[in-house]
Amino acid sequence: MSTRRIPHWADVVLVPLTSVLLAFALSAVVIWAIGEDPWEATVLMVQGALGSSYGWGFTLYYATNFLFTGLAVAVAFQAKLFNIGGEGQATMGGLGVALVLLYLPWPHWSLALLGASLGAAAFGAAWAAIPGYLQVRRGSHIVITTIMFNFIAAALLNYLLVSVMRPAGSMDPASARFPAELRLPRIHEMLEVFGIPFSRATPANITLLVGLLACVAVWWMLWRTRLGYQIRTFGQSEPAAQYAGISPLRVTMYVMLISGGLAGMMAINNVMGEANRLLMNAVEGAGFIGIAVALMGRNHPFGVLLAALLFGFLYQGGAELALWTNIPRDLIVVIQALVILFTGALDNMVRIPIARAFAMVGARR
Amino acid sequence: MDLMVVVQILDSTLRLATPLLFAALAGLISERAGVFDIGLEGKMLAAAFASAAVAFTTGNVWVGLWAGIIASMFLSLIHGVASITFRGNQLISGVAINFLAAGLTVVIAQNWFMQGGRTPTLTGSARFERLTLPGADAVRDVPVLGPLYSVILSGHSILVYVGLLCVPLTWYVLFRTRFGLRLRAVGENPAAVDTAGISVVGLRYAAVMIAGVLCGLAGAYLATALSAGFVRDMTAGRGFIALAAMIFAKWRPWHALGAVLLFGLLEAIANRYQNIDLGVIVLPGQFMQALPYILTVVILAGFVGRAIPPRAGGTPYVKER
Repeated sequence: MSTRRIPHWADVVLVPLTSVLLAFALSAVVIWAIGEDPWEATVLMVQGALGSSYGWGFTLYYATNFLFTGLAVAVAFQAKLFNIGGEGQATMGGLGVALVLLYLPWPHWSLALLGASLGAAAFGAAWAAIPGYLQVRRGSHIVITTIMFNFIAAALLNYLLVSVMRPAGSMDPASARFPAELRLPRIHEMLEVFGIPFSRATPANITLLVGLLACVAVWWMLWRTRLGYQIRTFGQSEPAAQYAGISPLRVTMYVMLISGGLAGMMAINNVMGEANRLLMNAVEGAGFIGIAVALMGRNHPFGVLLAALLFGFLYQGGAELALWTNIPRDLIVVIQALVILFTGALDNMVRIPIARAFAMVGARR
Repeated sequence: MDLMVVVQILDSTLRLATPLLFAALAGLISERAGVFDIGLEGKMLAAAFASAAVAFTTGNVWVGLWAGIIASMFLSLIHGVASITFRGNQLISGVAINFLAAGLTVVIAQNWFMQGGRTPTLTGSARFERLTLPGADAVRDVPVLGPLYSVILSGHSILVYVGLLCVPLTWYVLFRTRFGLRLRAVGENPAAVDTAGISVVGLRYAAVMIAGVLCGLAGAYLATALSAGFVRDMTAGRGFIALAAMIFAKWRPWHALGAVLLFGLLEAIANRYQNIDLGVIVLPGQFMQALPYILTVVILAGFVGRAIPPRAGGTPYVKER
């Protein structure tokens, strides 16, 4: 906590931007240290992720995943709750999607999308609600329980896919395919209506729009509703919130339900929109990237949107990089780690010098 | 199930429990000093890679061990700078360290060995050999005690015994020395320690760096004794199981030994059997894998005795002005 005040614009723009630049600078050092050219790598990433509609398609697909998980972490952060369980909640969301699509008859994809969203959100929310309840009622730390729940979800899904949901005669641990007529419209199909050509090979689909809707809805909920006010008050000061008659159990439960629901809804993008069946490890770490996205986006839905786009770009760019150079795709994990480190844990390292600089300028005036 | 199978399972229990033991003790010391450490996984992973890479390059496992410890301590230092000096969020710092290790190990391994993010297989002096305890061969045929000593206790790498020795050592340091008293105090009430003129920052750094050494041992054991080389993400959640064991043990060294042996046993059983037939119900192997996590949630929720962490855990200390 810094005692010095800094202007609002510096708090929301300058500090995170400096942190991200520091993270990128260190990533460039890593690239340089393994004998590659950071500038060339950057150019390759930009070309690969943003240079074609093919690249954009993948960037937007990944960004949609990160938008959901980022919003999930951000909502929890607003109440000072650290939900590391996005990975497990998104896994369970996938299970919800699969159950809804496999075992219920749907006449049209749009209704199926609605049903799958509800299924995904319900399963994700339930998976997040248990740690939330245990924290308030039993005093177990939500960070530890959500970590444990990630592993439990992975084991549960592993069991279900290997022993229960695997179609007879199939070797790979995956569910049966969802009905073909329920396939979600891809971005290129939607743009074709307007006569805009777009690569047909990308998995970006209508979930992107659902994600944008969720983004606006979260903003509305946080800053325009009574619940949002209670969440933010609770996050600022729990004793103050309690004094004002806000129930910790109620707020925690709502926050975790919303957070888990958002993380779970990621599954309509990857499970329903892309794979069209439930696969093992379908989340691929997107739940954890949500942490970086939320921290970078300063827990604001629109900040999260920008950060999700940036990470979508990094993800697709990183894949291209691995294709054309000797830099493995894991480089993006390093970048992700550095972003979390600088925007999250080392926030004061950036903030204090900036605050000092402002104080000096202020004193001179 | 005959006796030999039981002996074999117990033998691998001890082997599988050792990395958990080092890491659990690391977490225990750090959290007793009031610094949460969910970066155990990352530190182990970094140490596993560094030890395997250096042991392969030099052909000397001891040099590898030191490299592993240094790599782990470097990450500890980052954790210290972020959470003690800059008073950042200790949990977020831990998360960052886990990803940093997961990413960097593969990037460097690919660049160094060009084998898709792994090190070449370690052989000979680049690995820790199994020690035969004195008299192990002599008592082999004694019923019960024979297999207990010569198979289960004997025949492990030296790090297993170092790990077992670390338990009384940790207990002694924490509960019988001045340093230990201060360390525990700093985790409960840092302001009181500060008032007594003792450096809170210094003590917390000491605890975090000791945790780094122990995680280094855990990772080095994993890559140079339990397996023969580093592969991508080889810790596979062990850092979190160790964290679970530490909570399960309620931050006490001897209980931590018990917890890691229990979790080691679960892993050994899961490795040996696909499913466990209890007669009434068949437990799938995945259930055994999830059991440490489920048990920890149950313990944390206070259904079987309550686990209360050190009071000042997770909060950075801000000196009064």
